[in-house]
Amino acid sequence: MKKTIASFILLSLVSVLWSPVSAQDACTDNLGCVIVAEDEPIVIGAMLVQSGAVTYLGDDSLGGVELAIMDRNGELMGREIELVLEDSLCSAEGGQAAAQRLSADPTMIGAIGTNCSSAAQGAMPIISDAGMVMIAPSNTSPSLTNEDVASGGSHLPGYFRTSHNGLVEGMRNAEFAIHVLGTSKLATVHDGDPYTEGLARVVADTFAELGGEVVFEGAVNKGDTDMASILTEIAVYQPDIAYVPLFEPEVNFFAAQMQHIAGLEDTVIIGGGASFVAGFPENTGEAAIGIFVSGPLVTGEAYEQLLVRWEEEYGSSPPSGYHAHAYDATNLLLNAVETVAVAGDDGSLIIGRQAIRDAIAATENYPGLTGSLTCQEESPFAGDCAPGTALAMFEITEAEVYDDNWPPPVFWSFSENVSE
Amino acid sequence: MLHMFKWKTDEFSWVDFTIDVLRILIVLAIVVGSWNTLSEGRISFAQWVNLFIAGLSQGSIYALIALGYTLVYGILLMINFAHGEVFMAGAFSTVFLAEALNRTGFLNQSPVLAILLMILFAGLVSMTVAILLERIAYRPLRGSPRLVPLITAIGASFFLQYTFRGLYGSGFKAYPQVKILQGALQIGSINIPTVQIFVFVSALVLMFGLYWLVERSRIGKAMRAVSENKEVARLMGIDIDWVILFTFGVGGFLAGSAGVINGMFRPQGVNFFMGFIPGIKAFTAAVLGGIGNIPGAMLGGLFLGVIEAIGPNLVLAGLGIPGANQLKDVIAFTMLVLVLIFRPQGILGERLSEKKA
Repeated sequence: MKKTIASFILLSLVSVLWSPVSAQDACTDNLGCVIVAEDEPIVIGAMLVQSGAVTYLGDDSLGGVELAIMDRNGELMGREIELVLEDSLCSAEGGQAAAQRLSADPTMIGAIGTNCSSAAQGAMPIISDAGMVMIAPSNTSPSLTNEDVASGGSHLPGYFRTSHNGLVEGMRNAEFAIHVLGTSKLATVHDGDPYTEGLARVVADTFAELGGEVVFEGAVNKGDTDMASILTEIAVYQPDIAYVPLFEPEVNFFAAQMQHIAGLEDTVIIGGGASFVAGFPENTGEAAIGIFVSGPLVTGEAYEQLLVRWEEEYGSSPPSGYHAHAYDATNLLLNAVETVAVAGDDGSLIIGRQAIRDAIAATENYPGLTGSLTCQEESPFAGDCAPGTALAMFEITEAEVYDDNWPPPVFWSFSENVSE
Repeated sequence: MLHMFKWKTDEFSWVDFTIDVLRILIVLAIVVGSWNTLSEGRISFAQWVNLFIAGLSQGSIYALIALGYTLVYGILLMINFAHGEVFMAGAFSTVFLAEALNRTGFLNQSPVLAILLMILFAGLVSMTVAILLERIAYRPLRGSPRLVPLITAIGASFFLQYTFRGLYGSGFKAYPQVKILQGALQIGSINIPTVQIFVFVSALVLMFGLYWLVERSRIGKAMRAVSENKEVARLMGIDIDWVILFTFGVGGFLAGSAGVINGMFRPQGVNFFMGFIPGIKAFTAAVLGGIGNIPGAMLGGLFLGVIEAIGPNLVLAGLGIPGANQLKDVIAFTMLVLVLIFRPQGILGERLSEKKA
């Protein structure tokens, strides 16, 4: 009896040890491989905001990721797709912690996220070191795809994004202010986040290059509700444009309180993608009328179907404007897995980590919901997969404030007004 | 002045010396910054007055929330860090009532009645949350080391945040605008928005109501007795548990009311996380005024609101510090440090019974 038990244990041990070793042996990838044993799920992660003031951004992306998985019936290559969700907050520390937790799992292939650029800065070094990939649905900070550390770049291999680059958005916004609105004095306000700060910087630089005058560059804190102080300071300079790429709710407070400040009656607000949120006009009230907001321009039948499915699944409309980007990001990752996964002799799947990176980087003219996606390799756009022209300047009108219309009408399409 | 440094005494201490130097440096920075700003004359007198009044309004909100901290501290010597979430509970729940009142037109047809209804509703929601907190989370821990309820309060704060996120979602909501509060009172070149007058007056009424309750009513006398000495109060026939529950309820009601008043003043930004920062600011206000001291919490709130509104442009801009408005919190918390250095017991003094002191 003892012999039988000993033989059984020995055989079990050998079988357990033998199968992964043989699969690992078959791995020739220079970053190593993810071995998905037979009947085990394919594991991907999501590093999204799940707490704090911008949770809506995380919920928006999570819906996109889940719908992309559901569209494959939750399976890939006959395996279940398992999604591991980590809260990346909207800070570098949050991104770092989320990346640490995901990278500790040897079966983790890659992650969708982060939402905030600050979180991406914390997550990227860990994801890159682990040989994983991250595809961000709503990071837009120019520094994230810039490899030149001397100029503030922080890009590392393994980072991709389906959201647009703030460099493109910022330049177009400044062109819009100068050429379309015919303005000459600009004030910018950010909140210290790499996204808002980067965007404000690009707009200010481009505005000055185009002959405008940047009269004020200031900042508020995330969580500020009282904007009277900074608005009073801005009013001293009486700018034509206040460029305010802040998130909700700071942008709502800014816009609503600006109408009570003498000297800013004729100042026009331009907001960034962070305020391209369905609730922004209604939450801001009549002060939102006339505000320009640059944001993703996602159209087409497939996108309309996604919205219908969203309504069916979640019983509401998406809380922000980057769910389609999350949907596309998920598909890029899952398509890459499909492309590179090799079946092992023991029924396992062998997925090379470098191969995953290469497959995503090789994406060319992928027909996503957000447009035709092509991933770039050259800095300052390394890892940028978004079609840079899938952006537009929208004008908030009474229909958005009082009649729940969303999105607002396109005032100026970037794709039709591309400048070199 | 020299006696402060204790140069020639045997009691010379580097800690005292450093604190003295810090005092002088901070006062110097404030004087120089203010002088530079005022001599530049970039901001007009009317603008300063507007900032001051906006600060008073913001400070009124802080004060109403701070009263909840100070009441609980006065009676239990406990910092209820979930109090910001009690404020959120009332404000977030009532935004749906406000939307309904707005849709039916009642909000603008009978604005006074509608606002009173909202205040009552928010007050009751927050009061219920505060009472449940005390009954479920804090009462079982009464008598345990002070760190235990403090950690529990932080846990309760997260619990409440995510409960309300589950109930109402993670998106932002906004209070509808009340037409009667949209105008402004013009005094010379100074334009005072009506809503700011409403906020200040409403907060004053509530604060004086509380003061009357604590100082003049029978239950107030019981609260003061429990605050002074629980055991003696019990021997006098006072139901301690009831009084503590009542205190939480009153603090909760004030916080809920502050939620609606805040919604009239700053309609945007209503979500499950909205109580976090006002909670911290109100706690700061309570400490500034002297924790446990009701008039102190009122004064601390108003002081903090005004300092936040005026400080960045007056002091920091004058010192040539870039992004002065981003350092608004620095001003607020520097003031806290300053007050604690000069007067550790707060502006009006921490009110403690002899035994507690």
